[in-house]
Amino acid sequence: MTQHAFYFDGTRCTGCKTCEMACKDYKDLDLGIAFRKVYEVTLGETTVGADGCFTTSCVSYALSMSCNHCDKPACVEVCPTGAMGKDAERGLVSVDADKCIGCGYCHMACPYNAPKVDRAKGHSVKCDGCAEFLAVGEKPVCVKACPARALDFGTVEEMAEKGERGNIAPLPEPAYTEPNLYIKPSADAKPAGDMDAKVANPLEVM
Amino acid sequence: MENGFSNLSRRTFLKTGGALGALAVAGGGLAATDALFGEGVAEAHAEMQEKVTWGHCAINCPSRCPLKFHVKNDEIVWVDTDTSSDADFDDHQARACLRGRTYRRWMNSPDRLSYPLKRVGKRGEGKFERISWDEAIDTIASELKRIIDAYGNEAVYIAYATGVEGVTTGQPFQRLLNLCGGFLDSYGSYSAGQLAYMQGTIFGTAGGGSALKTAEDAELVLVFGSSPTETRQGGLHTHYDFVQLREKTKGKIILIDPRFNDSITGHSDQWPPINPGTDAALVAAIAHELIKKDLVDVDFLHKYCSGFDEESMPEELRGKHLSYKDYVLGTGYDMTEKTPEWAAPITGISPDTIRQLAQEIATASPLYVVQGWGPQRRSNGEWNFWAICLLPFLVGQVGKPGTNNGNRESRFSVPLSNFPSGKNPVKASISCFLFTDAIDHGVDMTATKDGVRGAARLSSNIKFMVNYAGNCLTNQHSDINKAHDILSDESKCEFILGFDTVMCDSAKYSDILLPDLFRSEQVSLASTGSNTAYIVTAQPCTSPKFERKTAYDVCAMLAEKLGVKDEFTQGKTQEEWIRSLYEADQEKDGKLPPYDELMKAGTYKRESPGAIAMKKFIADPEGTQIGTPSGKFEIYSQKIAEAIDTWEFAEGEIVLPIPAYIPEWHGVETVTDEHPLALMGFHYRGRIHSSWGSIDALKEVNPQEVWINPADAAARGIVSGDKVRVRNEFGEMEISAKVTPRIVPGTVAMAQGAWHDADMFGDRIDKGGCINTLTTQRPSPLSKSNPQHSNICEVAKA
Repeated sequence: MTQHAFYFDGTRCTGCKTCEMACKDYKDLDLGIAFRKVYEVTLGETTVGADGCFTTSCVSYALSMSCNHCDKPACVEVCPTGAMGKDAERGLVSVDADKCIGCGYCHMACPYNAPKVDRAKGHSVKCDGCAEFLAVGEKPVCVKACPARALDFGTVEEMAEKGERGNIAPLPEPAYTEPNLYIKPSADAKPAGDMDAKVANPLEVM
Repeated sequence: MENGFSNLSRRTFLKTGGALGALAVAGGGLAATDALFGEGVAEAHAEMQEKVTWGHCAINCPSRCPLKFHVKNDEIVWVDTDTSSDADFDDHQARACLRGRTYRRWMNSPDRLSYPLKRVGKRGEGKFERISWDEAIDTIASELKRIIDAYGNEAVYIAYATGVEGVTTGQPFQRLLNLCGGFLDSYGSYSAGQLAYMQGTIFGTAGGGSALKTAEDAELVLVFGSSPTETRQGGLHTHYDFVQLREKTKGKIILIDPRFNDSITGHSDQWPPINPGTDAALVAAIAHELIKKDLVDVDFLHKYCSGFDEESMPEELRGKHLSYKDYVLGTGYDMTEKTPEWAAPITGISPDTIRQLAQEIATASPLYVVQGWGPQRRSNGEWNFWAICLLPFLVGQVGKPGTNNGNRESRFSVPLSNFPSGKNPVKASISCFLFTDAIDHGVDMTATKDGVRGAARLSSNIKFMVNYAGNCLTNQHSDINKAHDILSDESKCEFILGFDTVMCDSAKYSDILLPDLFRSEQVSLASTGSNTAYIVTAQPCTSPKFERKTAYDVCAMLAEKLGVKDEFTQGKTQEEWIRSLYEADQEKDGKLPPYDELMKAGTYKRESPGAIAMKKFIADPEGTQIGTPSGKFEIYSQKIAEAIDTWEFAEGEIVLPIPAYIPEWHGVETVTDEHPLALMGFHYRGRIHSSWGSIDALKEVNPQEVWINPADAAARGIVSGDKVRVRNEFGEMEISAKVTPRIVPGTVAMAQGAWHDADMFGDRIDKGGCINTLTTQRPSPLSKSNPQHSNICEVAKA
């Protein structure tokens, strides 16, 4: 098995959500379901003094993320039916819809907000890395969609050369599930685990 | 391959598989089944086939991206774009943005128009009844004839509209109406009306900016009021170009904006916050600092500019303290010195920061100063634009590699000829922003009061209006409540023809409403570009569904009814026009591919040579006629001075002939106790203006919110996600609050273009969050354009 991984370039991403919408279109996802989401992290202040002048410590950055196809996937661990599993060829995590009972444990366990139960379909749904594209040597639709060229996908060795493993807030420490997400952080990005760096656009990612 | 199966080969058929495929193979293969069952079976095979056609975006976003439609059984399955897996950062692929990726949803939207409709309720109520094409064409043609007979051709108007833009056959109504005696024309735009007026006034013909690519060589890139990644989001346009610039330049980027916009995301060190509408005050203070520190390039100013100081004023105006330097040093005009201390409370930028900025501007070489269209879409927009353009001249940073003239970056594209509009026999034109005035009291509008051009005054009010692919009757026009009152009065504009893909707010005011085909549902061609030029093409991705028709075909039907069909079509179909116009361009250009090759490829690209603004004029000022009164860049404008003497302005209007700071009528310095907050709009990733405004999938992840600083929110007990009421003298709306340090205190902001959603025959409270519920119809003084970022309001928890 050659583990595959996503790469995210935080210095290039502008938060435009083309990746998310390309995925939604290709995978024909309904409202309420997105396999890739774009998180806005904003912190600091912009204030006005008695002299009428502004002071700002505001920083803001975007993080585009789908399933990170972890080495120790929490979703697989908690799945009571064995529906969630890593594939033998690329180490991608996917759900076997026939086995899934839609209990939602995977959704609750995943620290990256990746799997979700599609109530209409009756089972869990998530990013599979665009398996049919990978099979013919193509990259996932989100990667090919990015106007800013901020995403990539390939073997874990290739992606690890470009960035560090899941290391920016609001992500948890990467040691937890060992995500296959490698990141080049922007100057604004805070390290993983920084408690002040919160998601500023909860409505857009839940 | 229009019907999807003419390209069905044995190979693809066998590859198709599935139940139907297996059945057919059992029957002895394709040839045999065809013989046995005829076309019906071929059609069944076709269901399994996926065909791919090129299309393109055709909205008012110059990205105008190529789209690759994957179609099965005459239905779009998904929408790809110009992309490949092996592309790296420098491969120039015109990748569509998130909006382009939702075309399938738009084309199949529940708001999509499918049949000709006639209004059965009140104007603006949105009640319609299906009619036949015959009835629609009869009604439109007879109303047009009646109104021309009764009021003359000056009563006929084509509303400003940008739902279809940049395609070579985008404006068939102009040609049709010109063949019927003409129509009242319009000038300007809702995008950059103030800029267009001022560019001609101060630069003459030399106003075009440098390419964004030129900024890669700059030591300092100073950006005013622009978010290149949001305003032109896809394709090979400024989103990509700006990301490239950020990575390639060794210089520093500073992005001055009241809002920490998405182009700053991840790069907060690039953001000095400023109060909206105060750019000219910042420039005046920088000029003051440069003059005091002797950092102004006086020789450059004297050689290339008119009006910086006494010496460079027009001879007859010397000794009157009318120069810009007099304004800055307090020896003329308001007799106030424009020190950094003066500018600080106006702009919100501290004196130290202003001095530091002036120092950086003085020492950076090359310096690239650029602006977006935000600073100019204001009540004092003419002067903001002008002042920002002045800045690089002060330090002699114009006309050489790595510099710009302060204007918005220029775009490189391959020029293509449009379907000819013909000659308009009507000479008069109005600012497009003043069409509701021209409906209400056109006959009172004059050249010197309202900017009527081509005539001293209008001879008629607007009585017949075409609104093709436009949402500017209400949604994108200002003061929607007032617009509604004017438009809903059927005695004023007597007939409104609407023609669109979806039932937008403006469409509800149609008397007859026609269903349009997307440009990707017909043959189409468009040319655009930024650092890289590209042409995009479309072949119909599906057959025309329901009774939708192309604008060309509808105009041809109307032309027939009006007796001008042969003149209109000249015997050609739309595709024949597209082909013949292109082939003439191709011959002239010499490098363009043949038509069929282009259509097949979907996209044609050409690298820009890289434009440097005013290069020719700076190299040879004597030998280059730019057409301004002084023959130079005008820091003192004789044209504006003349307007001050001869035009009639609104009471209290301040109009100055230099790029001075003029406090806005509805701005940070003129907030009131009742309306203590400034309110500005911005472009949003989920829409371009109001296009895509009804697409649920986009709305879900790009919610309509009012951005409010934590200090202003706390004072009102507002937290993120709260429903709030935003109100001012023009109207009231309900919207969600986004409490964020990404907006300066004292100003709130909301993305423009959200779909207006109010009971216009009831409480008129807009639940859609359309900023134009709160904007004014008073035009900016010189260009008579829309000041839609200049507003004041109050925000309260709902």
